[in-house]
Amino acid sequence: MDIFLTYLIVFLIGGFVCMLGELLIITTNMTSARILVTFVLIGVFLEAVGVFDYISDFAKAGINVPIVGFGASLAKGVIGAVESQGLLGVFTGGLTATAGGIAAAIGFAFLFALIFKSHTKK
Amino acid sequence: MEDKKRNEAYNKYVSAKIPKTRPWPTLFNSFWVGGVICLIGQGVNDLLLLIFPSLSEQSAWAYTLIVLIFIASFLTGIGVYDQIGKFAGGGSIVPITGFSNSITSPSIEFKSEGIVYGICVKMFTIAGPVIVFGVVSSMVVGLIYWIISLF
Repeated sequence: MDIFLTYLIVFLIGGFVCMLGELLIITTNMTSARILVTFVLIGVFLEAVGVFDYISDFAKAGINVPIVGFGASLAKGVIGAVESQGLLGVFTGGLTATAGGIAAAIGFAFLFALIFKSHTKK
Repeated sequence: MEDKKRNEAYNKYVSAKIPKTRPWPTLFNSFWVGGVICLIGQGVNDLLLLIFPSLSEQSAWAYTLIVLIFIASFLTGIGVYDQIGKFAGGGSIVPITGFSNSITSPSIEFKSEGIVYGICVKMFTIAGPVIVFGVVSSMVVGLIYWIISLF
């Protein structure tokens, strides 16, 4: 039953975070770029103050799949790199930690843009 | 004076024409669609760890996100993700799949303007700000952390 509980928590917290995004859209008419930026900054902040790992242990994919997790890994990467490389880590840490996601997004986007045609909005 | 009146009339016209989304159904849809996307992420992660027990937790997460990004990018390509987006709003934007969609969608849409000026330039219309703010804020965090570590 343990696994069921984990998945329930993932669903509830993940859903809640996404609903917060929708709430922001409804109340402020924010564009999706601003929503994404806002949630990334929240993630960076949560990791910087050291709260994110506790939430992540508990919520797993519920907090890591939302873009908040992307922000958190930026901050986590930079903190780890500063510990091991000093000042250089300020510059290398963030992008190193998120390189997989960014490269995947760019690479697949390029590939599928070459393959597929635009679906004109009806 | 004339301009002001005209602007007011125009703004009224625009706000009357903007489609009104009823908040409760969209909130509910964004909740469960977002939740399901996170569930898929957890499922992929657990499956990866089951098949490749030697993976570290961190690499498993990286692979999970890459799988989700791939799926979202593909669904954007065949035009399905935009349909989900219409239905779920924030539920499709906030997860990492929304980030992937925000890169793939404009690159496909502006493909007709060429590979360099279409695909490569427009790719970052939404993701650009996200990466810039993310990197800059992480540098601020790193700098603060470095200064603290000096003492």
